[in-house]
Amino acid sequence: MQARRREFLAAVAAALATGPFAHTARAQSAKSGAADIYALPRHGNARVLHITDTHAQLLPVRFREPSVNLGIGAALGKTPHVVGDAFLKHFGISAHTPLAHAFTCLDFETASRQYGRLGGYAHIATLVNRLRSEAGAANTVLLDGGDTWQGSWVAHASKGEAMVEICNLLGVDAMTSHFEMTYGAEQFRANLAKFKGSYVAQNVFATDEAALNGTEMFDEESGRVFRPYVIKEVGGRRLAVIGQCFPYIPIAHPRRFVPDWTFGIRDSDMQKVVNQARSQDKADAVVVLSHNGMDVDLKLASRVTGIDVILGGHTHDAVPQPVAVKNAGGTTLVANAGSNGKFLGVLDLDIGIGKLNDVRYTLLPVFADLLPEDAAMAAKIAELRAPHTKFLDEKLATAGEVLYRRGNFAGTLDHVICEALTKELDAEIAISPGFRWGTSLLPGEAVTMDALTTSTAITYPDVYVQEMTGDTIKTVLEDVCDNLFNPDPYVQQGGDMVRTGGMDFTCTPNNTMGNRISDMTLFNGTKIEAGKTYKVAGWASVTLEQGKTPVWETVAKHLRSVGTVKTARPSRVTLKGVDGNPGIMS
Amino acid sequence: MPSIRMKAAASGDTTEVQALVQHPMDSGFVKDASGNLIPPHHIETLVFQHNGKTVFTALWGPAVSKDPYLKFSFKGAAKGDALTATWIDNLGKTDTATAKIA
Amino acid sequence: MSFESTASLEATRRTALRLLAGLGLYGISMPAFADAVPGWPADAFKAKTADEALVALYGKKFEMSDKVSIDGPDIAENGGVVPISVDTKLPNVTSISILVAENPNALASSYKLGEGANPAVGCRLKMAKTTKVIAVVESDGKLYAASRDVKVTLGGCGG
Repeated sequence: MQARRREFLAAVAAALATGPFAHTARAQSAKSGAADIYALPRHGNARVLHITDTHAQLLPVRFREPSVNLGIGAALGKTPHVVGDAFLKHFGISAHTPLAHAFTCLDFETASRQYGRLGGYAHIATLVNRLRSEAGAANTVLLDGGDTWQGSWVAHASKGEAMVEICNLLGVDAMTSHFEMTYGAEQFRANLAKFKGSYVAQNVFATDEAALNGTEMFDEESGRVFRPYVIKEVGGRRLAVIGQCFPYIPIAHPRRFVPDWTFGIRDSDMQKVVNQARSQDKADAVVVLSHNGMDVDLKLASRVTGIDVILGGHTHDAVPQPVAVKNAGGTTLVANAGSNGKFLGVLDLDIGIGKLNDVRYTLLPVFADLLPEDAAMAAKIAELRAPHTKFLDEKLATAGEVLYRRGNFAGTLDHVICEALTKELDAEIAISPGFRWGTSLLPGEAVTMDALTTSTAITYPDVYVQEMTGDTIKTVLEDVCDNLFNPDPYVQQGGDMVRTGGMDFTCTPNNTMGNRISDMTLFNGTKIEAGKTYKVAGWASVTLEQGKTPVWETVAKHLRSVGTVKTARPSRVTLKGVDGNPGIMS
Repeated sequence: MPSIRMKAAASGDTTEVQALVQHPMDSGFVKDASGNLIPPHHIETLVFQHNGKTVFTALWGPAVSKDPYLKFSFKGAAKGDALTATWIDNLGKTDTATAKIA
Repeated sequence: MSFESTASLEATRRTALRLLAGLGLYGISMPAFADAVPGWPADAFKAKTADEALVALYGKKFEMSDKVSIDGPDIAENGGVVPISVDTKLPNVTSISILVAENPNALASSYKLGEGANPAVGCRLKMAKTTKVIAVVESDGKLYAASRDVKVTLGGCGG
């Protein structure tokens, strides 16, 4: 371990010499000379720590960043739509380094074995505590962008409540949300009642019908259900933290979870809130804590004035340096802090009276091997996991290849799920959602119930089998494809493409809605006909009633029967018109 | 259960009105469980009257949502005045309700 | 809030007509009120396209105007219940109509403004698929319009 650690530190030192981490290297040469990626020089008077989309990953994870993250239209080749070597070049990161491993999928298996897992709340806590004490508690705030209370079995089994305990122990000062709301409005409110920080969301309103029926609101004048922002005294200045909840909760998930609330991006309301924070509440700087997704944030930053920095999440883009977006009022920086606990964003601000003087941003990878566990957090995690370990530790099978999900199109783990659905439910075709969460496993590692539920734990998990015509299947694929590749980010929803099993198809992302999907064929080579009916298996329906068989039971049954997990015949998606796009690895 | 839920609130010279009506608003395009088209059944006219004068009339087709909601405002009413809403649907059913302007 | 109901949902048409007549809505016994109450424009509601519906409803053409604003979601949260509101700065507005271009019958609703009514309305409409929604305002006898796109999606697969 010590030899490996020395080797690791040397690699870190080399990686820090240039690129987005150069300022940390400069600080270190002035000190002992030992490479310490986490030794950030002090800058300004206020430190904002940002974590997002941890998906309740309590323990360190392997998470393969995407090899396909296509930018379409104006987003072509722009942040965050660069992957692999193009990503390294774009951000000036050296290949074959710990940083290259943290931010890209290059040499994933080798690099992951070499540099170990990332994240884990006990390691995150150590880093947060260090950065907070270095800057001073009065000068630091910790913001959580949401998708924190869902994604692991411990979170699921406690309906999010276990994660509230974790967030309280970590000292989260303010948060916004996405999957947190899929436990239902009542449970969400119960969890919020236990959360010690502030929950903020400017874009959640009572429906007019619910308002007329007297639903609970933050203020009846605006119709907002929650507090839109909080003012935090940081470094002696007033920092406004405005919340932007995921705008499409009732579309991406069953409407029944939040029947009385209405969402949307609502950039004109955002403008009013920014103006109010600055004029009425005398905010010296304004940060938006967003769960919009990076492309939506980039557009919002071009339309709304007066925001200094948007700290974003949802799309799981690990972006080393924020994008500066010009708008009518000046410039807004747009950041996105990755997922699964792999990263902690550090925004150091020099805030003057009524204005931001200077900014320094660093997205720190949380290498578990470089950060010791925080004892209190480790104990809390052990306590929360204890009632479930028997269930979670069941070994279902052994990984026969790198298992992962993230990417615009299916990963190996999706193929496993689709194969399980077609086989166990005796269907010709399977469809599985393009969630961006779900961690990775290396060949030879155990596929446990823990790993399986980490990729499937949602509150509408039931499997189903439906008769669908070829025409309906095409409509479903086209619909999801437009949510991903519509050139207007405001009508994208941030999920990846729906995954398929039992069939192949061709996708032309640059085409228009209804014209992107072609050549749908079954694995036996026959064309899928528009008028013919097919037996389709799936899970995570937003309309069907739940309470029968959750997908993890179906997939577990399949895994127990296979021994080694390697999909014999994955679904193939032929992409057209993306040659030279730096959002796909060649 | 009355079918109309109405709230009317005066602020200065303007009265804001919101109304929720319980009605299936069947479009005629939707099939029932056994595959038969559910015939159209929707409100055609919803009228609001104040002091005997019609202040607002909604003419609705089958594309108006189930349990319809309507919001509008008008000038000339005072707190305590009565506002009456009456609807009639394509099958001749009807209901009316009166709200006191708050 | 206060409200009271004076008739049941199960009232017959006869009762309805008597009731409406009593309110001065249908000119059965009070012809003087007949003009104040528009009949339900069946032809306009049965027309397929927005253009056909507007011809049937108004018999005249419209022009686009930035003085008409139409608000609604970028993506509908539920295609069966899409909140749409219309507002205008135009003077002497007598009616506002809302059309959903891709629906089987484009005209969704039409509002007649009585004396004192402010030229704004909010309602909920069904949309079968991604569509243009058109607001038409009648001001000083002329028609002005604005439109916006609303995306209707099957949903799911987010996150």
